[in-house]
Amino acid sequence: MVAEIPSVTADSAYRMSLWSRLMTDRNFLGFWFMLPAAAVLILFLAWPLVLGIWLSMTDTTIGRPGVFIGLENFDWLSDDPVFWLAVFNTFLYTTVASIVKFLLGLWLALLLNKHLPFKALLRAIVLLPWIVPTVLSAIAFWWIYDAQFSIISWVLLKFGWITANVNFLGDPDNARASVIAANVWRGIPFVAITLLAGLQTISPSLHEAATIDGASGWQRFRYVTMPLLTPIIAVVMTFSVLFTFTDFQLIYVLTRGGPLNATHLMATLSFQRAIPGGQLGEGAAIAVAMIPFLLAAILFSYFGLQRRKWQQGGRD
Amino acid sequence: MAAVDIVGVRKAFGATEVIHGVDIAIADGQFVVLVGPSGCGKSTLLRMLAGLESITDGTISIDGKVVNLVPPKERDIAMVFQNYALYPHMSVFDNMGFSLKLRGAPKAEIDRRVKEAAAILDLDRLLERFPRQLSGGQRQRVAMGRAIVRDPKVFLFDEPLSNLDAKLRVAMRTEIRALHQRLRSTTVYVTHDQIEAMTMADKIVVMHDGRVEQIGEPLELYDRPDNLFVAGFIGSPAMNFLPGRIEAGAGPRFVSDGGVSLPLVAPPGGVGSGIDGRPVVLGVRPEHLHLADEGAAAEVLVVEPTGSEIQVFTKLGGADVMAVFRERHRFRPGDRIRVAPLPGQIHLFDAESGRRLVP
Repeated sequence: MVAEIPSVTADSAYRMSLWSRLMTDRNFLGFWFMLPAAAVLILFLAWPLVLGIWLSMTDTTIGRPGVFIGLENFDWLSDDPVFWLAVFNTFLYTTVASIVKFLLGLWLALLLNKHLPFKALLRAIVLLPWIVPTVLSAIAFWWIYDAQFSIISWVLLKFGWITANVNFLGDPDNARASVIAANVWRGIPFVAITLLAGLQTISPSLHEAATIDGASGWQRFRYVTMPLLTPIIAVVMTFSVLFTFTDFQLIYVLTRGGPLNATHLMATLSFQRAIPGGQLGEGAAIAVAMIPFLLAAILFSYFGLQRRKWQQGGRD
Repeated sequence: MAAVDIVGVRKAFGATEVIHGVDIAIADGQFVVLVGPSGCGKSTLLRMLAGLESITDGTISIDGKVVNLVPPKERDIAMVFQNYALYPHMSVFDNMGFSLKLRGAPKAEIDRRVKEAAAILDLDRLLERFPRQLSGGQRQRVAMGRAIVRDPKVFLFDEPLSNLDAKLRVAMRTEIRALHQRLRSTTVYVTHDQIEAMTMADKIVVMHDGRVEQIGEPLELYDRPDNLFVAGFIGSPAMNFLPGRIEAGAGPRFVSDGGVSLPLVAPPGGVGSGIDGRPVVLGVRPEHLHLADEGAAAEVLVVEPTGSEIQVFTKLGGADVMAVFRERHRFRPGDRIRVAPLPGQIHLFDAESGRRLVP
């Protein structure tokens, strides 16, 4: 009797084990838990991407299913000065706007991190440009940049600093600067609020310790704030660069890529060639050409996001 | 090293005054502990000394020089924070050498001084590590190392041990004390733990509600507390208090509100002249109660043996009274025992003002 008990227990444990082993296996369960999300991602993100890449290798136009033509679209684009102008514009737009957004956003975050009256209200106001639908704010900028009714021109004229209305969107250089300014206005809140969140994770006692150690305001920023903020900056700027690189709405509302294609970005050029122009294959090729740049940005963030040596090991 | 003088210092945040005129004189090389319950203003006072808070009124001088308007970096002080405030992105070496680097000291000198401090604190093998890779006690030592490296006039400690576990806290207490004996630098140490204050201080400043209640050497505060607050705050387990009045006569007695009558064994001077019938509070420390046939009857409620002693919670004339015995009495809850204070070991306080009555 006594001897039998272990064998019965062992037997039932063995019978339980197949099922219970599966139910406690992290990989097995993890696979099933991830499946719904993976299905959605594959169906709505990965598959359209594959279709887009396929489309870029066909000569499809509106109303005519195309045939596979290999890399001919890309070959054609490589000789297209408008395409290269759009590439240049995209880089100029992304670089300048991202740098300005970063600097102004950081400055704003540092200001908002101080003890200000109505702090919560100010932070809410800062978020406004981010909340307003892009198309609406773009239309507002359209008025601000209007050749005849621009409030900026009106104010400058009143002050007597200019003698004629500024041609904001009619001159290639002005137009580039104008769309970048609008993008910066819209993008700052994201950078500022996220960096503010990062700043608030920095313990005030670190600043006090640095103060006692003899650091000036600039030295505290340079040796304490910046290094501790770097991980957040990597995340924010990756997202900011991705958003800016793929921007479409602002340009489409303000300039439609004009004047003389001076503000055409790759996204707007792709749309223009594919939908109004009907060249679906070529438009897809332009869109696909953005992928390497976006991948580069993601890789940058992948390495930027990696935990630094000082973040590893131990707990707080 | 330097003397520190705090004269008539007040601090107000807006309309709320949190420190109401504090005077403390700290001699060169002295280890002074500011102790008090949370919210008593001790940390604020320390931060004013460090220059992290402005001084509303009064003066603080270091080494004879008023520093009210001197920025922290020019006060030549070093501070150890409660959460250590180590720079997480710098190695132990860089943490300790940061102030020297800011001062523009040559590399060789930084190297030498950091290594000296590391040797004192037994941090030699940890210099390349980052704060996250250290244990609590090691971080604590790095924080002290950062202070030592600077060789400041005054060391400030803001509850440095409160994040450590009990055992480590006791060990670090001794270590900080030993460090002070070695370096002999003026030290101001803030804590809410009266044991830390008693064990470490040359001089204790007891603070309460933004005021100094008493300043003195540890045993002075223990033996002759100036008022009810100090009496109740210093000592663990805390002093027992029995409200009552004094009946003068042939042998003056204390009669508690609960009817407990105790002879005042050594008739204190002044008893009898106007003190008769006056409401007072009698204080007696748990370790100063002993079993005595002529003592007051008490009912045992809870018995807590700690090994070295037993702590007995009793009901004495309606008041909760705790007694501590070194002998291993086998009391049970419900037992009736008779206890009396040891001769000369009672404290009398005025019930209204809380001031000590007997000189």
